[in-house]
Amino acid sequence: MSNPVLTITSLTKRFGGVTAVSDINLEVMPRETIAIIGPNGAGKTTFYNMVSGRMLPTEGKIMLDGKDITGLPPHKISRLGVSRSFQLNNIFPEMTVQENVEVVLSAYHGHSRKLFNIASRNTGIQQEAVEFLERLGIDSLKEQRAEVISYGDKRLLEIAMVLATQPKLVLLDEPTAGMTPDETRRTTRLIKKLADSGDYTFMITEHDMDVVFNLADRILVMHRGEKLFAGTPEEVKNHPEVRVAYLGEEDDEAVEEANP
Amino acid sequence: MKNKVLMAILAVVIAGLIAVPWIASYFYVFIFTEILVLGLFAASFNLIFGYTGMLSFGHAAFFGIGSYATALVLIHLQWSFLACLLVSMGASALLALVIGFLSVRLNEVYFAMLTLAFGMMVFAIAYQWRSLTNGSDGLAGFTLGSFGLGLDLTLGNPLVYYHVVLGIVVIASIVLYLICRSSFGMILKAIRQNPERVSFAGLNVRTYRLVAFIIAGTFAGLAGGLMAPFLRVASPELLHWSMSAEPILMAILGGTGYFLGPFIGSAAFVLLETWITTYTESWMLVLGIILAMMVIFFRKGLLGTAIDWWMEVKK
Repeated sequence: MSNPVLTITSLTKRFGGVTAVSDINLEVMPRETIAIIGPNGAGKTTFYNMVSGRMLPTEGKIMLDGKDITGLPPHKISRLGVSRSFQLNNIFPEMTVQENVEVVLSAYHGHSRKLFNIASRNTGIQQEAVEFLERLGIDSLKEQRAEVISYGDKRLLEIAMVLATQPKLVLLDEPTAGMTPDETRRTTRLIKKLADSGDYTFMITEHDMDVVFNLADRILVMHRGEKLFAGTPEEVKNHPEVRVAYLGEEDDEAVEEANP
Repeated sequence: MKNKVLMAILAVVIAGLIAVPWIASYFYVFIFTEILVLGLFAASFNLIFGYTGMLSFGHAAFFGIGSYATALVLIHLQWSFLACLLVSMGASALLALVIGFLSVRLNEVYFAMLTLAFGMMVFAIAYQWRSLTNGSDGLAGFTLGSFGLGLDLTLGNPLVYYHVVLGIVVIASIVLYLICRSSFGMILKAIRQNPERVSFAGLNVRTYRLVAFIIAGTFAGLAGGLMAPFLRVASPELLHWSMSAEPILMAILGGTGYFLGPFIGSAAFVLLETWITTYTESWMLVLGIILAMMVIFFRKGLLGTAIDWWMEVKK
């Protein structure tokens, strides 16, 4: 039995009197894909922000590979092997698609401290950047300025940038949010392929239940900052409380839509 | 192809600059010395502004310290000119380390205000520390001795001094340009576009901003060291906050998105000032109108607009 990549103990975040995340415990095993679901405001993004160092937890502990990373700044957590994407696109708009990945790679390989190399002649990094773009199927866009490619391609570019730091744990925050159904299917297939390759451990938040049930080995259901339930996709689908609290809400909406 | 055209234009421009003392009047030798020194000052500023996205309102502090350092070394130690310039660079690097350390943690308007505040403090110290700086009169009465490296140059001759400035500015610009083209320079551009993504790629953005700030300060100090012997005085005006506005105006006028933009801006600024002040007292009004037009209609500056226009014509 291998050790967990990530161990989270009683993680809590309070903003003034509001508890956004309350007493979450979670172990993530190597090479599994874990999904975190819950309605808007359930605390998923706050949870991510704490794990990636964007926010300081109020209480609790985050261990990565047995090392305490609680409260470290983002660049240190990234160096230790947690890489994340954001709900909103977070790329370098004025650079080419390939340069976007090159920036991350030169940070990862320590080239970023070189003052007198010529970045545009760094063929090693350029080849590696193209390889990551190929993995996401967007290598044909490598010469384009990142701001002009489609929304879905930008999201894939961000995933390529996230993977380029060779992370032990990949956090994807709603990777298919705002995508067309086609783009969603393509992205889901890609993540599935990456997860099946056994090179990555994924943690994913997602609204789209098809995507979640397709990708996740395990699901953590959050509701109002608390853990409502954790289990396999099958268990989650059949869990009565989850159906009422989360899946049930969608039924209500469907009813409202049917009877305006 | 594009690179070859660019290199050819650059070679012609530099040949023209070398020839200035033989083809232009004495007056224009002075004008071009000023353009080169202020161009280097503005280019050093653009490393943090155009590349890294930090708007500093205190860049004159480093320019001024560089001037004072060279003047003080010439008065008290009479070292060679190259040694003076190294002292200028060292002094401004140290000052940039201190000011930068306290400022780069803040963003945008707070960073701008903090650098402005530090710039004003440096000005106040230079103004009031009479025993060292001679207060509002500034330091004068120093003469340039040898150049250094065993070169026999009559630096007191403005024509010789012009060529020395040209040589040093070209070398300094090449070094700055190489930094902009390096992986480090690429990270600076990435920080301007999206600092958060850079920190989530594992880099401490604050450290990179600080290093850029120190490099920019060091080159501003070098420009200051070239300025004092040219003006034959190191005075508090060189440290004044209005002096910090000049590289901002020059960078915007020339184009912040291009390495040579600030040099074009410096040339436009100094030449327009010279020509317009012969006709009217209200040079600032004209400058204001030009700058407003640039920002409203030609966001990319003179150089950027010219390049865009040339690309259009070629099509």
